[in-house]
Amino acid sequence: MLAVTENTTNRSKIDSKKLALLIGCASIVMMFAGLTSAYIVRRAGGNWLEFRLPNIFFINSIVMLLSSVAIHSAYIFFKKGNEFLYKGLLVLSFILGLTFVILQYQGWLDLTAIGVELTGNPAGSFIYVISGIHAAHVLGGLAAILVAMIQAFSLKYKVTKKRKLRFELTLIYWHFVDFLWIYLLVFFLSQQ
Amino acid sequence: MAATTVSPVKDREDILIEEQGFDDHFHDHHHGDRFQSNFIMKYVFSMDHKIIAKQFLITGMFWGIIGAAMSVIFRLQLGFPEESLTWLKPLLGQWIVVNDAGVGSLAPEFYYALVTMHGTILVFFVLTAGLSGTFSNLLIPLQVGARDMASPMLNMLSYWFFFLSGAVMFASLFLSTGPFAGGWTAYPPLSELPQASSGSAAGMTMWTVSLVLFVVSVLLGGINYVTTVLNLRTKGMTMWRLPLTIWAFFVTAIIGILSFPVLASAFFLVMCDRGLGTSFFLSEIFIGGQALDNVGGSPILYQHLFWFLGHPEVYIIILPAMGLVSEVLSVHARKPIFGYKAMVYSILAIAFLAFIVWAHHMFMSGVNPFIANFFVLFTLIIAVPSAVKVFNWITTVYRGNIRFNAASMFAIGFVSMFISGGLTGIFLGNSAIDIQLHDTYFVVAHFHIVMGVAAFFGMFAGIYHWFPKMYGRFMNETIGKIHFWGTFVGAYAIFWPMHYLGLAGVPRRYYSFELFDAFAHFDNMNKFITVAAILVFLVQVLFVVNFFYSIFKGKLVTTKNPWGATTIEWTTPINPGHGNWPGKIPTVHRWAYDYGKDGKEFVSQIEPLAVGEVSDGEGAHH
Repeated sequence: MLAVTENTTNRSKIDSKKLALLIGCASIVMMFAGLTSAYIVRRAGGNWLEFRLPNIFFINSIVMLLSSVAIHSAYIFFKKGNEFLYKGLLVLSFILGLTFVILQYQGWLDLTAIGVELTGNPAGSFIYVISGIHAAHVLGGLAAILVAMIQAFSLKYKVTKKRKLRFELTLIYWHFVDFLWIYLLVFFLSQQ
Repeated sequence: MAATTVSPVKDREDILIEEQGFDDHFHDHHHGDRFQSNFIMKYVFSMDHKIIAKQFLITGMFWGIIGAAMSVIFRLQLGFPEESLTWLKPLLGQWIVVNDAGVGSLAPEFYYALVTMHGTILVFFVLTAGLSGTFSNLLIPLQVGARDMASPMLNMLSYWFFFLSGAVMFASLFLSTGPFAGGWTAYPPLSELPQASSGSAAGMTMWTVSLVLFVVSVLLGGINYVTTVLNLRTKGMTMWRLPLTIWAFFVTAIIGILSFPVLASAFFLVMCDRGLGTSFFLSEIFIGGQALDNVGGSPILYQHLFWFLGHPEVYIIILPAMGLVSEVLSVHARKPIFGYKAMVYSILAIAFLAFIVWAHHMFMSGVNPFIANFFVLFTLIIAVPSAVKVFNWITTVYRGNIRFNAASMFAIGFVSMFISGGLTGIFLGNSAIDIQLHDTYFVVAHFHIVMGVAAFFGMFAGIYHWFPKMYGRFMNETIGKIHFWGTFVGAYAIFWPMHYLGLAGVPRRYYSFELFDAFAHFDNMNKFITVAAILVFLVQVLFVVNFFYSIFKGKLVTTKNPWGATTIEWTTPINPGHGNWPGKIPTVHRWAYDYGKDGKEFVSQIEPLAVGEVSDGEGAHH
């Protein structure tokens, strides 16, 4: 992946790649903080369309949580040496993640069906755009899991420090986009 | 390691590094040299932080010349509207409109385009990428004692995203409809409705694309800077031993990481409004005889999102300059920086306050006056940490054994500019006074002096000071001093009169004041400002010539530590190769400001503490 300066003077506990990823996550948090505060400010301005969030978004949250559980279990089995469950759960987390994106799309269709369109009152536009940008971040995570799967199936199974770190990076990011979706859902609900 | 020059005779630093240094076996097994195996990898897609720093600097200078030249062109139109600009026709083509009398003048829409591009280019490309991109890259690894950045790959990408961003912006200059012309703040509806002005069509599309790429560049760079400072400091380099430059770059990167994503989200919403037909920032608009479909958007919302970045952005620009100035003043005054910890805490205080003052840009946008009070209060409080810094710089040079060279003169000039510009900030931060001053030349004078010229002075101080580290040569001192005096006197000549224009209510961004009798008596003042701007521009050309001439022909650096500085970048070879130190990494034993201590002129950070000696400036434990 990325070439990282080897610096053995590094006596800190956290790996540099992990730290960089966490800082990157912080910047993504700020982006969604910006979007959701824009939502609050705009909503306070009145002329706001009130509607109920389609159920599919709730089902989807469960899918996303399950995907997180799956990849975390895959990680545990990876470390424990259970190759079958490690690979199987990794694939499962990918499928669940993909399902999430597809169901988000279905959610947008449901929104359109109840008359909440992308254009028109910003109340609807915000849901589309915020969940759309989130879905884009999920796609990034799926790409990472895809790489992890290719490696899992093409490389001989071995727990090395490097592969463990790679797995952890994917894991952290996947949990992060999961957490982000839960935050967004709670946010949308609290605003209704 | 072809470029490495090792002095034949080992000096004390080399012996110290060998005895006390930290052996990371870097050169035994490092594959880094493969990054430098050929010209492309060494100078183009380089992953060496020192080369990337030079790339940022030279690209920044390119943009600096373009941005400054633009200001000269629109100043010509403003100062001398009756003179013919037909001689610019070969360069500007259709944007020079020739009237019946044969007098060519700048097309009004292109005047706005130039003003917009001047702002965008200077704020983002020159004073963000060119300043913090250059010096964070150059100095973070060298001053914290690291072989390179945490991720040289991300670092390279950071530069190339910046390059790409610039390429898109540059291409937009050549659109037949012109580049974006709605002001660097890109307020809707001007930025959203293609029919609003010629630059609002393709020009704005390219502007947005360019700036999104730029945000990516800033984030990649910032993530790297923070990780490197936190994780790759050498043995003994505690946070309280970091030079103030590093503190400044570190905090700047954090501000960028937290504020630029918000700008990105604002731009995404702008893109949705432009491309998908949403109405985030548009509402019930009647334009060109037709009513638009958009309902329910709020242009003020954009201003909130924009200024949530926009205000921290001015600290992203000024903090690195402050860091550079602190270091340069201390080295050339041969004195420890006064109040090291206060300097760090004031950086942190400024960074914190940066996030809660954005609406002072919006006092006249219809913000609730009650809420405005909150923003007035916190805005004025920024004067406190700023004053702490100013007093500390003054006390640092006070009774110092000052070497007056180009670097230190620009650093002192920075303090002067920062005081002059900071004081007018107290006027503008007051929401009542802002009613008169808003959108006048008073604002232009304020921000140009306090974060435009001042940041340039910090940058120049840094360039003159670290040029020997970058190229192993000195810049020409005489030309440097001419550069300083020309810029210092010239910048005041440009911006001081603007305060009077602004107090009289002369609005900024106007193409012509022909129809305003009240402002007619300012014609000569405007001419004076334009002449001063041309002279200052010519002096900058002198700097650019000096810079490139000195790269090849400047006086050679013969010792590793020509300024007698304490920080560890001066313990590397004169032309450091990949990995910065040829052998071990030095271990740090003391803070960065031991000047004039115990009868010694300076004590390097790698010098172990003598028996019974305590390291100054580290606070709590002594």
